[in-house]
Amino acid sequence: MGKRVALTGNEATALAMRQINPDVVAAYPITPQTDIVQYFSQFVADGQVKTEFVTVESEHSAMSATVGAAAAGARAMTATSSQGLALMWEVVYIAASLRLPIVMPVVNRALSAPINIHCDHSDTMGARDSGWIQLYSENAQEAYDNLIQAVRIAEHQDVRLPVMVCQDGFITSHGLDSIEILEDAEVQRFIGELKPSYPLLDPEHPVTIGALDLQNWYLEHKRQQAEAMKNALRVIPEVAAEYAKLTGREYGYFEKYRLDDAEIGLVALNSSAGTIKAEIDELRNSGVKVGLLKPRVFRPLPAKELREALLHLKVIGVLDRADSFSAFGGPLFTEIRSALYGAQIPVLDFIYGLGGRDFTMTDAGNIVEKLAKVARDGKVEEPITYYGVRE
Amino acid sequence: MGQLLEVRWHARGGQGAKTAALLLAEAAAKAGKYIQGFPEYGPERMGAPILAFNRLSDEPIRVHSHVEEPDVVVVLDPTLIGSANITAGLRENGKVLVNTAKSPAEVKKRLKLTTQQVYTVDASKIALETLGKDIPNTPMMGALIRVSNAMDFNRFRDLMKDELEKKFRHKPEVIEGNMAAIERAYREVKGE
Repeated sequence: MGKRVALTGNEATALAMRQINPDVVAAYPITPQTDIVQYFSQFVADGQVKTEFVTVESEHSAMSATVGAAAAGARAMTATSSQGLALMWEVVYIAASLRLPIVMPVVNRALSAPINIHCDHSDTMGARDSGWIQLYSENAQEAYDNLIQAVRIAEHQDVRLPVMVCQDGFITSHGLDSIEILEDAEVQRFIGELKPSYPLLDPEHPVTIGALDLQNWYLEHKRQQAEAMKNALRVIPEVAAEYAKLTGREYGYFEKYRLDDAEIGLVALNSSAGTIKAEIDELRNSGVKVGLLKPRVFRPLPAKELREALLHLKVIGVLDRADSFSAFGGPLFTEIRSALYGAQIPVLDFIYGLGGRDFTMTDAGNIVEKLAKVARDGKVEEPITYYGVRE
Repeated sequence: MGQLLEVRWHARGGQGAKTAALLLAEAAAKAGKYIQGFPEYGPERMGAPILAFNRLSDEPIRVHSHVEEPDVVVVLDPTLIGSANITAGLRENGKVLVNTAKSPAEVKKRLKLTTQQVYTVDASKIALETLGKDIPNTPMMGALIRVSNAMDFNRFRDLMKDELEKKFRHKPEVIEGNMAAIERAYREVKGE
């Protein structure tokens, strides 16, 4: 068993980065990710890592430098939040399309306007179709564990895709929490050495990266990219199984909490999932058969397994900490309902907590109450609601 | 303390409530507790009302919201009584600890509390006398340990000394002042 220490989510992330000891980190500070860059640059200054730290003038440059480093054959990382991810946008797609195994912690924060520095998932949800693998983390422990596993997932020969590791801005990034950490050598042994595919810094085997690719081959290359994402569905549990052997901590595509015998199911990402679990224990004590499914892997979407895990429920409430502005519900809702296509289960969407509005056990209880009513009456009056909104 | 202890700190920006919440969590973690320590991140300004929170438990903690129903409310600035909602969600057997020269009975009346216990300590005076400035956070931590029984005081004192020695290696007078403040507040806190 590892050593238990008190760390914030950002400290845990910076520690994992130190233990990973990447060849290159190019990053620009942005709230609430700032601590990660600050602590990591301190590790660099103190000689605790051998990393080449590139101070850049923007996130567009951060991702560009990271792409360049990864293409050269380096193990390269960056980190961002919100507007930073938005500014990276063009290069985020390029990182995935070039099949570069970059790992990037993203500390989830709302997007402007209006300006807001607090947690919601609109930043990474916007990037869900960028070709990156996305892992979501409930607390500092999961942010740490996911980041270490992400290196193996990204660098797997059958995957070779970048990975975002998401956690909730301020709520977990700045909250001091108890976590178990690994020894530096254990992390190094687990991640192993990067074996770059087609590195630019291999003059014996010159290659061109990012060449013009028109009507004759572009479709085939995109098809290969899609195949890599399918392969990730196989690789992610393999890496998790190995990680469980090392740590005793089990990770799947998602976590089921008291779900198998539940009638009412909630689906929620990141920190709210913890709050919901605590409320589920209370409700179970008073006989309410409620459970939770907490997705960890959102890209790729394990649609078949999600469907199997949810199919027995009488009603499902999806909690979206982002809106798609599609007038058709939030991004998690759309995916869950799509995975359940054809099943006659009412699925309701609760868009909540935007811009960091607090989500408490009482809130979770209120949502379960609404779902219980739908289960009783069999009627859905309004499938999409903005939970707690004043209007 | 077997189960979960939830603490809400009321203070003004600059009084060190966030630091106190983090130091308490770190000390409790070193004593083997599962912990949380975090402030409410609002628009932070010197003098503006702020909140900070602690959860301490022997079991892993899963809740990730502000503390809704505190066991203990700590008030670093008594002028917040009347403007901030000090008693919101306070448990029936909850406790309120206020930095003030007033008696617990006076504060209890002012807060219109019946079932809850109120404690007071003049942490600002203690801070002025031990540290030379009105930073009441560390003395209030000493008083909080007394009031909450969150952990053994001697253990807490040793752990705090370690933490302060790490943070103020080059300013030994700050360490001595803070340790004296913690000791005095622990002894001087009064209850009703």
